[in-house]
Amino acid sequence: MARLEIDRVTKRYGDVHAVRDLTLDIADGEFVVLLGPSGCGKTTTLRVVAGFAEPTLGAVRLGGRDVTRLPPWKRNAGLVFQSYALFPHLTVARNVAFGLEMRKVEASEIKGRVADALRLVRLEHLGERLPRQLSGGQQQRVALARALAFRPDVLLLDEPLSNLDAKLRQEVRVEIRELQKRLGLTTVMVTHDQEEALTMADRLVVMHDGAVRQVGTQADLYERPGDRFVAGFVGRSTFIEGEIEAPGRFRSAGGLAIACKEAATGPATLALRPERIVLASDPQGSMDNNLAGVVEFVSYLGATIDMHVRISPKERVIVQVANQGSGRIPGVGGRIYVAWAAEGGIVFVGSGSD
Amino acid sequence: MPVPIRAARPMRWDGERRREILMPRTASSRRVGRVVLNSAAAFTLAYILTPLAFVTWLAFFRQEIPAFPPEGYSLRWFRAIADNDRFVSGFVLSLELAVIATSIGLCLGVPAALCLARVRFSGREALSSLLLLPLVVPGIVLGIALYVFHVEVELATGLPVLGSLAGLIAGHVLIVIPWTVRLVMASLVGLDRSVEEAAQSLGANRFATFRRVTLPAIRPGVVAAALFGFVSSFGNLEMSLFIVGPGRTTLPIAILQYLEWKIDPTIAAVSVLQIALIATAMLITDRFVKISQVV
Repeated sequence: MARLEIDRVTKRYGDVHAVRDLTLDIADGEFVVLLGPSGCGKTTTLRVVAGFAEPTLGAVRLGGRDVTRLPPWKRNAGLVFQSYALFPHLTVARNVAFGLEMRKVEASEIKGRVADALRLVRLEHLGERLPRQLSGGQQQRVALARALAFRPDVLLLDEPLSNLDAKLRQEVRVEIRELQKRLGLTTVMVTHDQEEALTMADRLVVMHDGAVRQVGTQADLYERPGDRFVAGFVGRSTFIEGEIEAPGRFRSAGGLAIACKEAATGPATLALRPERIVLASDPQGSMDNNLAGVVEFVSYLGATIDMHVRISPKERVIVQVANQGSGRIPGVGGRIYVAWAAEGGIVFVGSGSD
Repeated sequence: MPVPIRAARPMRWDGERRREILMPRTASSRRVGRVVLNSAAAFTLAYILTPLAFVTWLAFFRQEIPAFPPEGYSLRWFRAIADNDRFVSGFVLSLELAVIATSIGLCLGVPAALCLARVRFSGREALSSLLLLPLVVPGIVLGIALYVFHVEVELATGLPVLGSLAGLIAGHVLIVIPWTVRLVMASLVGLDRSVEEAAQSLGANRFATFRRVTLPAIRPGVVAAALFGFVSSFGNLEMSLFIVGPGRTTLPIAILQYLEWKIDPTIAAVSVLQIALIATAMLITDRFVKISQVV
């Protein structure tokens, strides 16, 4: 495995910027996830690293070697596709052996290494099957074994779990992550699923419109989102438009005065995490903000309940309440207070766009 | 030992099922429908097979002038073929021609199909239709056009094009190409591009990717293309009539020439051999690829 450097990469298709000036340094053994909505440039970035797209500007270095102009077959990058892309006419064992055969490894050695790779994904008993005789989850693991058997410098995963059903996806996430840690694989994964990204990554890269919006750990992105887009994409947020009148005082468009931790003044957006807001029947002395509201919508999710509370003619917040089984949850039309500490709100100063 | 699992076959979308979904019916009307469908199929099949059956029957008649009922049966007409140089040399020439034209047609048609299916360029649709044209233009027209073309080329360059073997082969390649392009393109439609990319990421260069991944995937289309190309070249009469040189007689032309002088069961015997050859080719190919899946 090796360090992967993406150095100021830009990829243009005609006038369209698929990737803009992207720089990323991925350490040996690190698991980095590129996260973003479709069309944000994450897949293009992966294809640039794999060698299927040549960057318009910038360089890609793998283990210190400049691979920017090398074709995919000279890069030594293991790739797992969303569709798995197994060779339908070859057995599982031959699929896994493919990369080794291309590298002219001795037949006797291939046998052992294929067996090792299949054991790694717990499919050693299915080597003689054809891909179409396997379930989706098994095919996914064959694709992983195939990408690992030739000992690549970097493992690239392109939405590898999106074709699995929800339950299996959760198992495979953990499985891939454990394998990655055990083997110390430098890994780049692309996904639009934030839960998947949060479970698996050492570090996340949030992308939007071809550009990196924020790079950081799960806690960095969740507690200190760099901009409004990240606050909305990683976890949930209710946004309230308004302005900072004076340091620490936010005035919403609906006229509410809200305490916050922000010194700069000017137009601003306040982001509130639904689980950081407390629902109460009376104002809470320990909280900086206590706003009266009316419940307008209740959505019962099992472990939690989402309450949509109207706090001004122009503003409504979502409050997530833990479901503790007692009947204390107010229904629609119920008059209650929403409360939160000043540091619970995240303020983005500047005009309200993304 | 892993238990072998039967490969999942694509679901048959037969008439019965389709009718079921489109319009659910009562049991009696369903029975009537089945009878109508089966008789229509039987009629069509009989319509196609009757001439073949008669020709085959005729080939074994003993008497020279075909008349019913036959006076007796014999194999003398098959022996007569072997004694007739024109049939023997015509058969050899047609076979050579079909094999060479099919090989060249595949070498040109497979890359053309890959390009048409993969590369986006302006005029792609037009080019695709153009390559199918020899299938649509009547053989006579194609033959005349080639004849005039050969004359003009010979006049312009002084090269002996008219009636040459090269000219004949080139003509036959022309009728093989539509089959190869069409059938290979059809088989490329079902091929996932990422499978080829997977091969490249595993270390296969373009050529290795084609040989190890693309070609196996489109093999049914290639085999079917070869078969149909071979058959249409082997049986071609109209176009060949115009571009064969003196002394160079393909089997269909030999049959035509023979018919101008005689109608005895020799022709029927030749036809039976031809039918047998093509049927054998089809049966052999069908062992490797299910033709019905491609065409």
